[in-house]
Amino acid sequence: MTELKADATTTSATDRGRVAAGATRAAPLPERGRRKGRWGRHGQYDRREAMAGYLFISPWIVGFLVFTAGAMIYSLVISFSRYNLATNVATPIGTQNYENLFTDPRVATSLANTLFYAVLAVPLEIAFALFLASLLNRATKGAGFFRTLYYLPKMTPAVATAAVFFLLLNGNTGAINQGLGLIGIRGPQWLVDPDWVKPSIVLMTLWGVSGTMVIFLAALKNVPRELYEVAELDGAGTWRKFRSITLPMISSAMFFNVIILTIAAFQIFDQAYLLFWRDQSNASPEASLFYAIYLFQQAFRQFNFGFAAAMAWLLFVIIMIITFIQMKFGNRFVYYEGDRD
Amino acid sequence: MAVIGSTTPLQPVPGTTKDTRGRTARDRTRGSASRRRAGQVVVYVLLGLFSLLFLYPFVWLLAASLKGRGQVFDNRLWPETFNWSNYVQVFDELPVTSWMVNSVLIAVLAAVTVAVSSSLVAFGFAYFRFPGRNILFGLVLATMMLPGAVTMIPIYLIWKELGFLGTWVPLFGANLFGSAFYIFLQRQFFLGLPRELFEAARIDGASYWRLFWKIAMPLSIPSFIIVLLFEFQASWNNLQAALIYLNAGQPSDFTAPLGIAYAMTRYSPTAGGQGDYQFVMVASLLVTLPMLALFAFGQRYFIEGVATQGRKG
Repeated sequence: MTELKADATTTSATDRGRVAAGATRAAPLPERGRRKGRWGRHGQYDRREAMAGYLFISPWIVGFLVFTAGAMIYSLVISFSRYNLATNVATPIGTQNYENLFTDPRVATSLANTLFYAVLAVPLEIAFALFLASLLNRATKGAGFFRTLYYLPKMTPAVATAAVFFLLLNGNTGAINQGLGLIGIRGPQWLVDPDWVKPSIVLMTLWGVSGTMVIFLAALKNVPRELYEVAELDGAGTWRKFRSITLPMISSAMFFNVIILTIAAFQIFDQAYLLFWRDQSNASPEASLFYAIYLFQQAFRQFNFGFAAAMAWLLFVIIMIITFIQMKFGNRFVYYEGDRD
Repeated sequence: MAVIGSTTPLQPVPGTTKDTRGRTARDRTRGSASRRRAGQVVVYVLLGLFSLLFLYPFVWLLAASLKGRGQVFDNRLWPETFNWSNYVQVFDELPVTSWMVNSVLIAVLAAVTVAVSSSLVAFGFAYFRFPGRNILFGLVLATMMLPGAVTMIPIYLIWKELGFLGTWVPLFGANLFGSAFYIFLQRQFFLGLPRELFEAARIDGASYWRLFWKIAMPLSIPSFIIVLLFEFQASWNNLQAALIYLNAGQPSDFTAPLGIAYAMTRYSPTAGGQGDYQFVMVASLLVTLPMLALFAFGQRYFIEGVATQGRKG
């Protein structure tokens, strides 16, 4: 009996996986057997076929060797050198650039700002996107209409968004503070007060959160309705259903979103550049100095290539560590449907 | 055995399991229908509220683009005076036409090159069996994790060495070699095609190129369009590359994002500009319109593409 049950769940899990993958054939068992035969992983390689395969992927191989692997090695070399742009000569100076990372207070400032921004932005983006996705998932009619509407900010170029929010966020005349004034709140000097620089950018980011929302929505739609019905029988409330069914069932989308948003937050550039660093008028140069901004200034305004390359490698290491921690931590909570296959 | 197992109702059919009082979930749902309707009302009120929040900046932008000098800051959604002439004057004030033309051409080049090259590579990974295939594909995926900053400087030096600084080449050149996410996307699609299709063509004597060009490509048009649209949008938004490679040139050589950034500074009231910020608004609107048009045409591709991104995790 237990064997029978195990079999049943396995089949349904594979079925669901196959439906998700877009295959349409009905009979599960013969299909599975045939698939193994079709894409057999053992056996000899056909010489002609292998050569053709390499030929097809050759654009990527060339690109990888030049623009990824080659560029990484070169970047590493530059980070241990002083680069003279006029003569194109990289003079080795040992670990000087890396030592400078620790002595330049602006590196620490920009790193702290970026970290603060990420810690503020990512949870808010996740919560807001998930909230919107749940709303859309609950709407019985017109969900597509609202989804289209909500997606429009995502289509708006960052420059246009920034040009508008630059005025909306104005502490004296901006619409946001006017709106807050209506409900009796005196809004802050968003773009001037160092404490409000990051929230300003977070606000702009939240306006364009719909990409994350769409990913959540797709995950929510895949949660089998029976689970909720069974839970309701057991008397589970809304929160309980969310915590014990929704969250585990969408955990892989959650995991993906958190990692992608974190990586993006660490590289935030466009919004900060457009709101604060276009010209000399920046009113809070300390608080708005993000890591990617400082790196860009060092590389393409000061042409301090060695130092900028060292900064880039530090960023790479930091992102790797954080992603690694998230993966290690996340894997404990992520429920993969394929696990039971 | 398994077949029997899968048809035996071991798992409850939705809504038919009885609870202790002999009511099914569906009965209870019916019982609390009014509560459910109230819930729907709350959902729609919230959806409407957020619609207003998401739409407000668009309406504000449209209104501001029609306002006169100095009125831009009054936050009225219905301008005091309608200055339709802004839409004519902006072309004298700023080389908006050049920006748009430059951006469209670069975006088309970027999208077409990356879509074709990524499809080629994806087909290589999807169809052919060769030593090291899985390791190489792992490398493709791994490059997605690499922050652009790490390779930014060497790539700049490569383009400088080749004499391409100040040209459009650095803004799309690397696309000739495929891009990890698009390779992944196209490969997924190719893997979904029945292999018999290709085997049959092989038996009929079709070359590998023919398999790709005459069978795989025509069938993969939906995901090919996703790649085109995604890259067009990415290129249209690309501020940083334009800052690096085009900022030293004439304003008329700028792309749309670089142009708007330049206009923001030129007219910004805080930077001692002339304060004619309505022109920035008109230009911003003009730069946004092509994206909205693209969305109107390919909404389902955008949504599907983003959802696929999530499924990758």
